[in-house]
Amino acid sequence: MGEVGSGQSATRRPETRSGSAADSLAPAQGDHALTVERLGKRFGDRIAFDDVSFEVGYGEVFGFLGPNGAGKTTTVRTLGTLIAPTSGSATVAGVALSAENGQAIRARISIMPESPGLYLRLTVMENLRCFAGLYELDDVRGRIERALRAVNLLDRAGDPCGSLSKGLRQRVALARALLNDPAVLFLDEPTSGLDPVATREVHDLIGSLRERGVTIFLTTHRLEEAERLCDRVAILSTTLRLIGRPDELRQRLFRRSLDVRVRAPLEDHKAVFGALPEVEGWEQTPSGYTLNVSDPDLAAPAIARALVAADADILSISESRHSLEDVYLELIDEDVEAKRP
Amino acid sequence: MTFSRRRVAAIIVKELQDYRHNRFVIGTMAFLPVLFIALPIVQLLITPAAEASSKLDARVGLSLLYMLLIPAFVPSTLAAYSVAGEREQGTLEPVLITPIRREEFLIGKALAVAAPTLTISYAIFGIFLAVAKLFAHPGIASAIFAGSHVLVQLLFTPLLAGWSIWVGIAISARSSDIRAAQQLSIFASMPPLAIIALIQFKVITPSTGLALALAAALLIIDALGWRAVAAIFDRERLITGSRR
Repeated sequence: MGEVGSGQSATRRPETRSGSAADSLAPAQGDHALTVERLGKRFGDRIAFDDVSFEVGYGEVFGFLGPNGAGKTTTVRTLGTLIAPTSGSATVAGVALSAENGQAIRARISIMPESPGLYLRLTVMENLRCFAGLYELDDVRGRIERALRAVNLLDRAGDPCGSLSKGLRQRVALARALLNDPAVLFLDEPTSGLDPVATREVHDLIGSLRERGVTIFLTTHRLEEAERLCDRVAILSTTLRLIGRPDELRQRLFRRSLDVRVRAPLEDHKAVFGALPEVEGWEQTPSGYTLNVSDPDLAAPAIARALVAADADILSISESRHSLEDVYLELIDEDVEAKRP
Repeated sequence: MTFSRRRVAAIIVKELQDYRHNRFVIGTMAFLPVLFIALPIVQLLITPAAEASSKLDARVGLSLLYMLLIPAFVPSTLAAYSVAGEREQGTLEPVLITPIRREEFLIGKALAVAAPTLTISYAIFGIFLAVAKLFAHPGIASAIFAGSHVLVQLLFTPLLAGWSIWVGIAISARSSDIRAAQQLSIFASMPPLAIIALIQFKVITPSTGLALALAAALLIIDALGWRAVAAIFDRERLITGSRR
């Protein structure tokens, strides 16, 4: 397995649920909405994912990142009891993952697949009524109204789903996933194929669900999406490569550094930077220098003084920012390198 | 969790709403029976009134046997669509994510196919009886209404429909392509057709005993059908296309 963090979840609050078919089940136990231990799935000789372990706290938004074919969707389907794992164990919404518990787990969770999978000839209301029946929900009308209000679609309840845009269909699918007040909501590539406006709408919806304390397991390969929405992220590439808060991952993968922009290159940068104990290394960039430091706050004043003494025209000194994309690409590049003969 | 009638009802209602929004499906379902009714009616109307009673009885019996092809043929395409169609449209996964049991899903699907099938079959039979009463020679009409003909028709219609539906759904649950499923499900209608052909070619002689034996066999098949189909209904294969 690659470099994997502690996987400790950021539990916000224990979830309490009411009114759904799952009420008849024992209440969710423990602090974690999801506990996954060395879970794996093979299809014959092909490994879909292997040796995956993590925990997700109630109320947490957990991002599950990885390239196409990394095993993200298969992991979601496995945790949703659509697929049987070939190794490992898991607890989903307080229920142990097993074939016998499949129905109990499915009553407690929702999965929004990548494709909305709506009955296009049926109206929005008819689609939601069908699923309210499948979850055996009480107060069907009230629940549907609340779900549609949550996705701002109350005024489209009578429209056939086939007449809706892709973004609106995605919102209907999200309303459907909210109907049973799930303990864990799995969103599988919720913005796949959406235009920027529809993507922003879905992001806003996820943001509002997050504010309501819904536990969300979000699979995506959109890194800005994960960075914006998720408390923690895990990067999967068949095995789990990294897990933690986005800023933790950046720190873990990249050394801290300062970007120094100067009007003109220094005459002797080795003499300037080499004399500073705070600077551990440097490289020249088109606009100046990137300096590796252990403590940017301590190093920045010393570097500024040294540059002034060397008659350099300083434009800016700032801490280097690595995006989640940098982290992701670094890891995926490592994988590609490792697979090379 | 126990078997839920509410979940079965949710599937049935959804299917019936789908038919209502797509009347073309029911229209095409009804088109084939119209062809099936044409031949018996023509036979009925051209039968001379003075025909010997044994010949008349055979002719009436054969006409009614043709009518039994309707419940065997009509549900095959709908049943074949039931699982493979949902899978192809991407609607199967959201349904299987819910707490529905495969038995509930399959019974819901079967009943949703049975409803229009029985409606159409009985409606066509009603038309046939009405035409016989109104336009056929009174002797021929009374031959149709006499004896056990009507009772056999009423009894065999759901039994044959059940056979065809379960075979169609079984094919649908195992097929990776909806077109292949629909073509294969046509074969589900072949056994009843073969029996009618054997009767027509006088290889076997229709009798009360034969009818009872066939009815008993169909009843057993229909009763066990959902269990057999549930056994081959594999969520994982249906969702991923892979075998465990």
